[in-house]
Amino acid sequence: MNWLTNFVRPKIRTLLGQKPVPDNLWHTCPSCQQMIFHEDLKKSLRVCGQCGHHMRLPARERLASVLDEGYAVIELPKVPTDPLHFRDQKRYTDRLKAARSETGLEDAVLVAHGTIGGQKAVVAVFAFEFMGGSMGAAVGEAILAAARLAVLQEAALVVFTASGGARMQEGAVSLMQMPRTVIAVRMVKEAGLPYLVVLTDPTTGGVTASFAMLGDIHLAEPGAMIGFAGARVIEQTVREKLPDGFQRAEYLHEHGMVDLVVRRGEMKATLARVLLLLGDARRLEAERPAAEVIAIPAVPAP
Amino acid sequence: MRHFLDFEKPIAELEGKIEELRRLPDSPEVDIADEIARLGEKVEKLLASTYAKLTPWQKTQVARHPARPHARHFVEGLIEDFVPLAGDRGFADDRAVLAGLGRFRGRAVAVLGTEKGDDTESRVAHNFGMSRPEGYRKARRIIELAGRFRLPILTFVDTPGAYPGIDAEARGQAEAIARSIEACLAAPVPIVATIIGEGGSGGAIALATADRVLMLEHAIYSVISPEGCASILWRDAAQAEAAAEALKLTAADLERLGLIDAVVAEPLGGAHRDPAATIAATGEAIAAALAALSGRDGAALVAMRQEKFLEMGRQGMAA
Repeated sequence: MNWLTNFVRPKIRTLLGQKPVPDNLWHTCPSCQQMIFHEDLKKSLRVCGQCGHHMRLPARERLASVLDEGYAVIELPKVPTDPLHFRDQKRYTDRLKAARSETGLEDAVLVAHGTIGGQKAVVAVFAFEFMGGSMGAAVGEAILAAARLAVLQEAALVVFTASGGARMQEGAVSLMQMPRTVIAVRMVKEAGLPYLVVLTDPTTGGVTASFAMLGDIHLAEPGAMIGFAGARVIEQTVREKLPDGFQRAEYLHEHGMVDLVVRRGEMKATLARVLLLLGDARRLEAERPAAEVIAIPAVPAP
Repeated sequence: MRHFLDFEKPIAELEGKIEELRRLPDSPEVDIADEIARLGEKVEKLLASTYAKLTPWQKTQVARHPARPHARHFVEGLIEDFVPLAGDRGFADDRAVLAGLGRFRGRAVAVLGTEKGDDTESRVAHNFGMSRPEGYRKARRIIELAGRFRLPILTFVDTPGAYPGIDAEARGQAEAIARSIEACLAAPVPIVATIIGEGGSGGAIALATADRVLMLEHAIYSVISPEGCASILWRDAAQAEAAAEALKLTAADLERLGLIDAVVAEPLGGAHRDPAATIAATGEAIAAALAALSGRDGAALVAMRQEKFLEMGRQGMAA
């Protein structure tokens, strides 16, 4: 590797707009070490065919996996970046730039509207691949935009979470996204529309402790890590070994925080069924014909 | 035994000398009173110059000073006819969160605070100010109670953060915090929150989603502790000083960012030097905040609070 391969080649590639041949045709399942051909992995929505392990699914693939064809990704409001002029070993603005060019995403949430099994829905998806799905002002604004759109379209709001928590580089501004996203949830609930949360691996910190735990229904993917504090912090605090399966989707289900653990291949059908059921009364109301006026026959005098 | 912070050492030395002089018998050769007065003046000057330019890391230490007045002291100093309330009605009473009803300047209010405790025994009892889910569920219960009886809510926030424990996770720490924030946003009564020491992340915002957020001059309010931030971003907890700087966690920084509403000045040398004056100044600030919120009905308050949080961090946002 030298500066030519490191720098010049990728530049030329972007200039030519050519997609590089996937340098890795085979993936290894992180759980059972099974080798999986990349085409098969895509077809299986990144679930290992041998052990059923759910690998992380990039945001765009997630949208395609749950929405019916014909959905549209919306443009999200721009927010001021780097309010703190934050710098650790790198500048926050440089980290952002790197994340943007690596992922082709603006920030850690994508919002689309369309239908799920025919049911109107606005879907917000966290991109864990973008700075660990961390929540700063852009993410808060995205959740708010999704909620507003859901209210406007009288659609359900479905959020797929995958986040390391607050984006530290935005300091207290990121903390304020907790009440801001709770406001988003309140808007949808006040409009009488369903708000469903699908917790995917991993969902932690300020994201869990705000909109992610306020769903009408909580679904989770098998094995997803879901919690408030990170396992390492807990271990250091309590100086105990954490129990097996701690903070996994199944553990949250057992402890009453998740309604249903759903395999990825069944997620779309499950969401569609829940949305159909929750929307039933609203649909009946809309379909009911205007009341007819029936004249009360005069009662003959005795 | 008085507790001095590292950067207070020169002050500690001078005050030690004053103490020594005070213990000396009167002698005709040296005028002890005169010397004490001279040293006292020096202490004042040194305190003023030291505290005028505290670094964010030094403020973090002041905010955590063991002799700093805690939530309990503010309640004792500001609330009359206090009736403590306990329990989440589901599992336990979490003593990291104190709650109750009382009177603030004659008016009935509901009070919530995160309490760290003052000595080993009480620190353990209050879990060092780190609440479990039951504390946030108690808070939510009190917020809803206050809403039903139209009592303004005063909160005093001083917590390193929500407790990171196995039991806390098992009982839904995240959900409890989320519901507490939701209750704050729905409350049809004025809420005035004061960050009196450490405003630690989610554990703080659970009680600080308020119409007016006041912050003591040397308090800190942050999404993560400087130590936690340093160990993640610098991979070295010893870089906490740099992290404190980068996080912009001081009252002055947060006011500049538009995330808090007012800063309450502390006595010379910090709240721990004069708790009574600190509590009195805080009382004045709370009274002013409440006065500014009075006369609005519940729906207007809820709408205004929501708008306030929606506007946060939007300055300069493209239309």
